Amino acid sequence: MANTLEQVFREEYGRIIATLIRISGSFDLAEEALQEAFIAAASKWELEGPPNNPGAWLTTVAHRRLLDALRRERTRTDKEAELIYEANRLQPYVEPELFEDDVEYSDDRLRLIFTCCHPSLTREAQVALTLRTLGGLTTTEIAHAFLLSEVTLAQRLVRAKQKIRLAGIPYEIPSLERIADRLAAVQAVIYLIFNEGYAASTGQSLIRNDLCVEAIRLGRVLCELLPDEPENVGLLALMLLQDSRREARVNQQGELVTLEEQDRSLWNSGEIEEGVNLVQQALRVRRVGNYQLQAAIAAVHAEAKTADETDWRQIVALYEELMHITSSPIVALNHAAAVAMSEGFEKG
Amino acid sequence: MKYMLLIYHDEPSWDALTETERQQVYLEYRTLREELTGRGQFVDGSQLQPVTTATTVRMRDGKELVTDGPFAETHEQLGGYFLVEAKDLDEATAIAARIPSARTGTIEVRPLVETAAPATA
Repeated sequence: MANTLEQVFREEYGRIIATLIRISGSFDLAEEALQEAFIAAASKWELEGPPNNPGAWLTTVAHRRLLDALRRERTRTDKEAELIYEANRLQPYVEPELFEDDVEYSDDRLRLIFTCCHPSLTREAQVALTLRTLGGLTTTEIAHAFLLSEVTLAQRLVRAKQKIRLAGIPYEIPSLERIADRLAAVQAVIYLIFNEGYAASTGQSLIRNDLCVEAIRLGRVLCELLPDEPENVGLLALMLLQDSRREARVNQQGELVTLEEQDRSLWNSGEIEEGVNLVQQALRVRRVGNYQLQAAIAAVHAEAKTADETDWRQIVALYEELMHITSSPIVALNHAAAVAMSEGFEKG
Repeated sequence: MKYMLLIYHDEPSWDALTETERQQVYLEYRTLREELTGRGQFVDGSQLQPVTTATTVRMRDGKELVTDGPFAETHEQLGGYFLVEAKDLDEATAIAARIPSARTGTIEVRPLVETAAPATA
């Protein structure tokens, strides 16, 4: 029972909160309403079992709570009329129990992710807000994952939400001329979350793996929302391919193991297969980018049964393409290393 | 929403412009202003006299302290402002990006505190 609720919570949180924010125009009211709906669900579902469509049930209950909360705020009458309209529009049935599985809700997650990753927020605030709202992580979970005090993290979220409200950060999908830049910021936030988990040392490993899982989940959401962007697909592929080596990256002593020395039987073949397929899918669009190329390099490594079988010449070629689009010194260094490996291999 | 667009620039480089270059910039400013006025977004705006004309005032213990200069010393000086009406921050920053001085200086975009009863001038 607890599992169902936990699962529904993870899967539905972002979608429901996104709609509640659009309707109320308030992150705080939306969060409170959804929180109350989850509490209601916990007691009701335990007695009666979960409804056919738990997501729809939660959305309806959360809508009602939101409506109640706004009614209590008598000063906001104009908002209330709008809310009643929206609530009626979105609630075809009076009783949430009557919901059928095929009831559709508009997906506001794309607005939400662009608002959370708006460039006028600091990168730290973008990350915290994305995990809190779209990911449904609690303040405590985020604070633990980033080794911050809960107070610090909570303040960061409060300030970010306050800025969204006071500065008038739009809750909209950016205009066409801006979307490329904004999307890059969204991708950067997701990849940063992944790396925060991936680069983690031991001790915190459990919590940190959660960050990788969450980043991959967010990557999937982004691909689902904007499937025609090859860099979205490239990013997801890159995270899957890196994550596939997770078990082999650290030895019994908790030390990092280099790629060449890793026990490749520990690699996750499911993630590799999905990652490789996604890279190929992305590259077919013929709009290469940073994430696609990095994913392609990771795919070449992943496809080598042993370190000796690595196709270094292909890796060199991919790094060369990567150097055309980025001036990162790390890329140049990796390119040089790959050249050395490829030459050494030929000589040997 | 109303946004104040504070225009910061490097005064010495502004002074170093030729008269023709300066007229060109003024022309761009006028064009932007007219466009904003046409869309009903222009509330107010002006260039400011150079920072050498600035005076700072403080009241401390009931005493008026008047000193020369701006409140903060920075490498860029407040040179002017636009007060505009925009639907959200993205629209305000889009206007800010079109201010000629954005290319050489910095535009700070600040939302105004919206009061229930608008103050009359």
